[in-house]
Amino acid sequence: MGSLGERTAVLGVGQTEYRATRGDVSVAGLVREAALRALADAECTWADIDAVVIGKAPDFFEGLMMPELFLADALGCAGKPILRVHTAGSVGGSTALVAASLIRSRVHRRVLTLGFEKQSESNATWALSLPQPFSVSINAGAGGYFSPIIRQYMARSGAPELIGCMVAYKDRRHALRNPYAHLHQHDLTFDQVVEAPMLWDPIRFSETCPSSDGACAMVLGDEAAGDASDRPVAWVHGTAMRSEGNNFPGRDEVSPQASRDCAADVFAQAGITNPRAEIDAVEMYVPFSWYEPMWLESLGFAELDQGWRMVEDGSTSLDGGDLPVNCSGGVLSSNPIGASGMIRFAEAALQVRGLAGDHQVDGARRAFGHAYGGGAQYFAMWVVGAEKP
Amino acid sequence: MREVAVVSSAIHQVEALTFTTDVQLMIPLVNAVRDAVGITQDDVDFTCSGSSDFLAGQAFSFVHTLDAVGAVPPISESHVEMDGAFALYEAWVKLQTGEADTALVYSYGKSSPGSRRDVLAAQLDPYVVGPLWPDAHSIAALQARVLLDAGLATPEDLAAVAVRSQRNAVGNPNALRSSADVTVDDVLAEAVVADPLRPSDLSAESDGGCAVLLAAGDRARSLCDRPAWITGIDHRIDPQALGLRDLTRAPSAALAAERAGATTGRLDVAELHAASTAQALVLHREFGLGDGVDVDPSGGSLAADTLMAAGLVRIAEVARRISAGDADRGLAHASSGPCLQQNLACVLEGE
Repeated sequence: MGSLGERTAVLGVGQTEYRATRGDVSVAGLVREAALRALADAECTWADIDAVVIGKAPDFFEGLMMPELFLADALGCAGKPILRVHTAGSVGGSTALVAASLIRSRVHRRVLTLGFEKQSESNATWALSLPQPFSVSINAGAGGYFSPIIRQYMARSGAPELIGCMVAYKDRRHALRNPYAHLHQHDLTFDQVVEAPMLWDPIRFSETCPSSDGACAMVLGDEAAGDASDRPVAWVHGTAMRSEGNNFPGRDEVSPQASRDCAADVFAQAGITNPRAEIDAVEMYVPFSWYEPMWLESLGFAELDQGWRMVEDGSTSLDGGDLPVNCSGGVLSSNPIGASGMIRFAEAALQVRGLAGDHQVDGARRAFGHAYGGGAQYFAMWVVGAEKP
Repeated sequence: MREVAVVSSAIHQVEALTFTTDVQLMIPLVNAVRDAVGITQDDVDFTCSGSSDFLAGQAFSFVHTLDAVGAVPPISESHVEMDGAFALYEAWVKLQTGEADTALVYSYGKSSPGSRRDVLAAQLDPYVVGPLWPDAHSIAALQARVLLDAGLATPEDLAAVAVRSQRNAVGNPNALRSSADVTVDDVLAEAVVADPLRPSDLSAESDGGCAVLLAAGDRARSLCDRPAWITGIDHRIDPQALGLRDLTRAPSAALAAERAGATTGRLDVAELHAASTAQALVLHREFGLGDGVDVDPSGGSLAADTLMAAGLVRIAEVARRISAGDADRGLAHASSGPCLQQNLACVLEGE
């Protein structure tokens, strides 16, 4: 065993504007908008695409069963292969990784990959809480599920109460520099974040992600395609996925072993031994504010129980921090669930391509994209760089 | 391409798994494919599954089913909201990268708690077709009618496919519908369900699951006396809109088969994933299946059609015949969407 793989490049990225409701487009129109923008960025046409890999979160979110079937022609798939990935909240990242494996295996030369969600078509908390014949539903939604785990982190690390609010305020400020972001709260103050209603103690309304409509797409290509591109490309330096069971004795829910294993794998592939020093920008899946310090520790950017200090001292801010996290505004500012993981991966690629616009980290050479899902059980990660690995 | 083979498989299909959870269904199947070659999950480099939240009636339903695998310590794993044959494709790609030497693939579906023919309408274009809620039998009947009206098949031809399936299915413990002495006249005497289709023209709806273990190169040879080598695998899709398609054809099936190498060289056996006898005839034509091919020796999906698993079952059925030495080269087919919209072809060979 050992990778025999083809080098893989991100040739193009396309995003829709993320909004509470994209009533102006159908589901097909939404995905096509992102796909066309990715093709334009990659200077490709539909004819250059060998295959499509699409991902989204549960089909109940739109009430459409396996919607990739009816979306096939909107995505230029007639006579082509299309795969539909679904790995819970990490799906956007996993989808990109399946697409990358099609290049790495040399099965295809150029692949379009896309994640989307049109949450306005349905109600996510309903869709996540359908009664089951063999189990009792806690009817808590995602916030209710994760709040006790956050409490556990706070108790274990001794983090001050307002760390979560600091993350939320930072990400919402970052979002002001990203024209695609759903939340543009120009007048938001830190005090308003703190004073927001408590939804699932300790998660305030201001510390949770919105429900968004939107799609994100990327065109991935092989080494020859990357070399031939006139525009800057991002090279894939490492990819990893891990899953673990939801319930077993001794499970560390704050920093699951699957998360630690996945990070160790992806950094080893990229030849990274000191992630904090060697990564220039991080796009991390933070649907609830406290997950930033929790993941900083789990991923190896901070020592155990010390991640909150990086939040407190501004290390993760685009304004002067040494490890800017979620310069795009992150999941806290835009959350079309099935796309949210892919947005992290795509934003990491934009950073090393130098195309992140007003939220660009100066001179970013290597960036990290991250997504998680389920009860913090599913992980997808990649490292991308400006240089060919 | 790297050599990859099916080294073991397990299938379970019944009419209804009313009192069985997905985890209870899959534990014995997953154990069976690992035990058959004497390995544990620690020896599995990659795991990939296929299932549908719409059938489970639960978001992220596959997350729970992971308990059947035992993902402790954590595993490298993925899931497609597709038939397990497509999960097998993803696993095959992973083995092609060289990052894995073994892969566990599984899929399952329980459609009995709902009305499958109605549920499948949720797959259709939600703006102009879905609101009419056309059921799956009616859509299959449209395709059959087009085939008859084009003079490409007669009702007797359809019935003959049903007879072949039921006779072949005799002795298959995973078949729901079998008969050693059914005749074409018997089938034609059945009342139509959706004109021109009769009950025997429509696949028998089953609940169930399937697991398959893949291994690469010498690892496969060390695990199995006669691995079923995947010498070609490809999948393609056509646009969905029924009015845009010639329903007597399935271009994506023909293309996938050609790219998988199924249209050149001898085939001993073919297992088809068809929801109706008419679809089976469309596939015969697209694949150019001649008289020398043993088609649907298990009875095919007409004898038991487990949503999300029926395609993977076809691969398992062909692989078993190759590993047993009953066939040297075979085609396994999987499909998805209305009227054979999406198709996968997998060619398996013995050494």
